[in-house]
Amino acid sequence: MDEVKLSETGFVDSSANLTMILTGRNGQESVRELRIKTLEIADPDEGDKSMIIFDHPADVKGTILLTHSHLLKSDDQWLYLPALKRVKRISSANKSGPFMGSEFSYEDFSAQEPKKFEHTWIETAPCPIEQTLVCHVIERRPRYDRSGYSSQRVWVDESILQYRMIEYYDLKGSLLKRLSLSDFKLFDEQYWRAHDYTMENVQNGKKTRIIWKDVSLGNGFSDNDFKSSSLRRTR
Amino acid sequence: MRKDLMQVRWFESFWRKGESRLPNGPQHLICLCLFVLFAVPSAMAQETELELQIEPEFRYFFETPSDARQVDAFGAVAIEATLETLWEGGAHSFIINPRIRLDIENPDDERFDFRSFHYEGIFENFELRLGVDRVFWGVTEFAHFVDVINQTDSVESLDGEEKLGQLMLNITVPSEWGTFDFFILPAFRERTFEGVSGRPRLDIPVDVSRPIYEDPEAEKHVDYSARWSHYVGNLDVGLAYFKGTGREPSFVLDTDENLDPVLRPRYSQIEQGSVDVQMTLDVLLLKFEGLVREELGETSSMATGGFEYSVYGAFGTSADIGMIVEYAYDERGSRSANPYDNDIFAGVRLGFNDANATSILGEVGVDLNTQEQILRIEAQRRLNDNLFLRAELYSFSRADAQSPLNSFRDDDFFLIRLAYQF
Repeated sequence: MDEVKLSETGFVDSSANLTMILTGRNGQESVRELRIKTLEIADPDEGDKSMIIFDHPADVKGTILLTHSHLLKSDDQWLYLPALKRVKRISSANKSGPFMGSEFSYEDFSAQEPKKFEHTWIETAPCPIEQTLVCHVIERRPRYDRSGYSSQRVWVDESILQYRMIEYYDLKGSLLKRLSLSDFKLFDEQYWRAHDYTMENVQNGKKTRIIWKDVSLGNGFSDNDFKSSSLRRTR
Repeated sequence: MRKDLMQVRWFESFWRKGESRLPNGPQHLICLCLFVLFAVPSAMAQETELELQIEPEFRYFFETPSDARQVDAFGAVAIEATLETLWEGGAHSFIINPRIRLDIENPDDERFDFRSFHYEGIFENFELRLGVDRVFWGVTEFAHFVDVINQTDSVESLDGEEKLGQLMLNITVPSEWGTFDFFILPAFRERTFEGVSGRPRLDIPVDVSRPIYEDPEAEKHVDYSARWSHYVGNLDVGLAYFKGTGREPSFVLDTDENLDPVLRPRYSQIEQGSVDVQMTLDVLLLKFEGLVREELGETSSMATGGFEYSVYGAFGTSADIGMIVEYAYDERGSRSANPYDNDIFAGVRLGFNDANATSILGEVGVDLNTQEQILRIEAQRRLNDNLFLRAELYSFSRADAQSPLNSFRDDDFFLIRLAYQF
């Protein structure tokens, strides 16, 4: 798993536009639009800094969630509320709560740092969507507090070391959700990114699909851009 | 880019309408100059975005009013537009954000204001903001003591959270040891109050047309402020200083031309130092705001603080429960017009975390001197991508005749607000 992490290191910073489509039990859809900016932190004992800027729907537009990830101690998070121009430091304990009412929780969104989990290799098997590829199947248990999951099962392909599928098991040990990653694109001749994340909740029949667009690496973000005092002028 | 011309004509028509009620002529003239200065570069800008929000509001009062000039129910509408232009990937921006409130029953409450009208630039070692904007300082939810830069628009917000725009020159210097902010604040703005027919309002109406200034030159005064803010681990801290005309007025009893009693707001020169701190401990947030102020030769202090406790995924569902308890103290007690001199507040918020962001909030505030209470219940949810609904219920308990809150004893009301954004 450290190899997976290593293959993702060195991108410096990234930004992307996300469209999130929520599908209810009866097929009714609602759309969210947001942008994610990430700044890689050189210190191996610290996680990355990231910012989620909400663009749609209108009532959340301009809201920004800033996260300074830490590996085992809780993340530092701030929320910017545009109506009052207020920056509020919030509790980052809300890991298992739904993100924007979707099937992704906050912990699903945060960095997949290997140090946050205990890993057990299970077997090799054909990859879920592209059956010609060979995947390592790994079970991992969260080492951090307040996770909504007892364990996860991860399919990582042998060739480009990317996550292909993740199964999430709830605290009772039953399968709760399944995430499928597809539409992989290569950046700078070394970084692969999936552009389509589909999360299916097998227990309630709802689905959320995230489509990544305009992914760019090495944008020249500075540490200042990821300070709570800069949120009010972030565009 | 014909948006530029469209804006000028639109603003001019509202300007003329709101002119007699505008508190500061010079401020809006400076805005117009800044606008003209930036109309040309905006034509060359890379990105321009326009947003419009229409917010009708309806208030229904359960009891007959104490004053014959007040009514039982009325509607108003607020319209807000935001025009933002960016250059060089956001390093420079210009934003115009006017807001207008229209109220047929209460023409005194109609108002046109620029919440924002400024240029902002991010440079290598500092950031610059020039023009009108709003600044928020503070960590508490109920009483906001350290938030000194902008004047409160108490017509738009009963909780004092809506602010009028403030003209400023602001330089921000980020550093390893925190962020430094310096402000030069010309053009003082007076607080808004409900007019004679407005509701709820104090029994004796406030006459905003005849304010008293301790310093007769106050309106042309330039105020100064500075702030340092930083965070270390789970502690966020801010220290601030302000010198100039105090935003909070005291009241002087007088009569109008009909010899009816009115309250005249009095603004004095103040100098204050403040601190605001938040400690974030997992699901518990501890907050504190305190300040020391010198006003009219007297030094006094105010403080507010409390905690916020959250339960995520309550009762095995995906709903969250947030609980807030805060206390506010003002040394001046009943000598000042600040209603929060020895008050305790408690609130509970239930957020359903559904696709429509439904939430319900219940708050109660108790004045420990007089035992009077304010109860507020609020429910809100998104109706569709452009429509957001908020409903509030206010209830004021009987209070003794001496206290300012007694004015609201008959003003229990229901408020519904619909925000349409596109």
